[in-house]
Amino acid sequence: MTVVLCRHFGLKHMEIAEDIASETFLKASENWAIGGVPENPTAWLYTVAKNKIKDYFKNLSVFETKIKSKPPENSQSEHDFEFNNQLISDSQLAMIFAVCSPANSTGSQICLALQILCGFSVEEIANAFLTKPETIKKRLQRAKTSLRNDNFQLQSLNETQIKSRLDTVLKTLYLLFNEGYFSKTNNQQIRKELCSEAVRLTLLLTENPLTNTPPTHALLALMCFQSSRLEARMNPKGEVILFNDQDRSLWDKSLIERGNYYLVNATDGSANWRTKYHLEAGIAYWHTTPTDANKWQHILQLYNQLILIEYSPITALNRTFAFAKVYGNKKAIAEAEKLNLTGNHYYHELLGYLYSDTNPLKAIEHYQRAIGLTKSATEKQTLTTEIERLTQKKNHEHPSPG
Amino acid sequence: MKEFALIFRLNDMKDFQPSPEQMQERMNWLGSIAAQNKLADKGNTLLPIPGSAKTVKPDHVVTDGPYTEIKEFISGYIVVRTETIDEAVEIAKANPIFKIGGSIEVREVLKRD
Repeated sequence: MTVVLCRHFGLKHMEIAEDIASETFLKASENWAIGGVPENPTAWLYTVAKNKIKDYFKNLSVFETKIKSKPPENSQSEHDFEFNNQLISDSQLAMIFAVCSPANSTGSQICLALQILCGFSVEEIANAFLTKPETIKKRLQRAKTSLRNDNFQLQSLNETQIKSRLDTVLKTLYLLFNEGYFSKTNNQQIRKELCSEAVRLTLLLTENPLTNTPPTHALLALMCFQSSRLEARMNPKGEVILFNDQDRSLWDKSLIERGNYYLVNATDGSANWRTKYHLEAGIAYWHTTPTDANKWQHILQLYNQLILIEYSPITALNRTFAFAKVYGNKKAIAEAEKLNLTGNHYYHELLGYLYSDTNPLKAIEHYQRAIGLTKSATEKQTLTTEIERLTQKKNHEHPSPG
Repeated sequence: MKEFALIFRLNDMKDFQPSPEQMQERMNWLGSIAAQNKLADKGNTLLPIPGSAKTVKPDHVVTDGPYTEIKEFISGYIVVRTETIDEAVEIAKANPIFKIGGSIEVREVLKRD
């Protein structure tokens, strides 16, 4: 809703648009609690929003004419507009491009897009960027100010602007998808909606010749491969099921096929495309294939290239897991320990896993440190079960005296 | 943190074109450094082949390649980010280049700016 309102007012009034949107929802919750949900809730919401906007502009023009005694800039234009689906979908994408303005740093552009367009909370953005919420808050504040100072108006961008902003837009959609896919929330409905929203917007990009590029296709392929496992990734209680334990019959074959299709398109006839999306889509592709003798070697080589493009602790740990699959746990332990990510619970989980066959005592130690570091209750439960299994195994092999 | 250039030298031109297995080993080594967040620059390969290598000397004397007078030639470089030179040397030791008689020179980078 904020998006449609912004399109109408221009980003200069972004905060007002945000306010009106939240006031509308507040009014809805008050009214619907008493009178029940109306037949067409969407239309109801937009009618209320429309009236609030009219009120706002009426007040504004009173203020501008009577108090500032000069005619308001917008008094002539008719503040009436359509809230239909077509406009919303276009608005959403147009707004992402608008917010990805070079007036701000790339990081700020993405923060802003995630907050205004994707409805992310400050905490969720901080999570996606692996930084503190205060940093994000300041960044958002500065970004909004600079857009306002730019007297920003949402207008159609020219070809060069669209092309130069595409990278940031792709990154935003990538983060939107990931938040849905890896989100800490257990509400599966929300997660699916975030994922399908990201897919929908990326799909829109492939329909426009300006944005229909190999990296866009690679990102879409990645989303398709990941989405194919959405159903298999969680049990009915909302707990995450690890890759190895997933029921592969639940994988969505048609999405895998679409992923293959977009991945082929993403190569554009030449194999020289090596964006992060290409590499990640490649990794996801190999995960969907049945065990092939060289599967993990391919995955490891893709991780080697991915980590050269962009370091992240998660990529480093995933790479080490692939290394273990190719060269065995013993060699991988040496690789893992070099990473020295002692404050990261996945680091201890990985080491726990790698030690579990040869040194259960060390494995238990690492799993216990992981339990101390993770916030997820599900993960704690899984790790505790694993520790119990290892303790029994250890006692069985080396029975304690008495 | 300091930065160190690792400069690779090979003795034999035929080692310059790695087999797929050798390539995997090299990439594993490079990926391992990057995974520790110690890769400052993934560097480049320097082509030693005729037409891609010349040496310019005083009085505009130009010779083909660097390999006419010395047997060893530089095949490439990367830059790592570590606390000490010893740590950079430890990283270098894990490189598969020693299996084919190559060597690595470790040099601290002094930034110009």
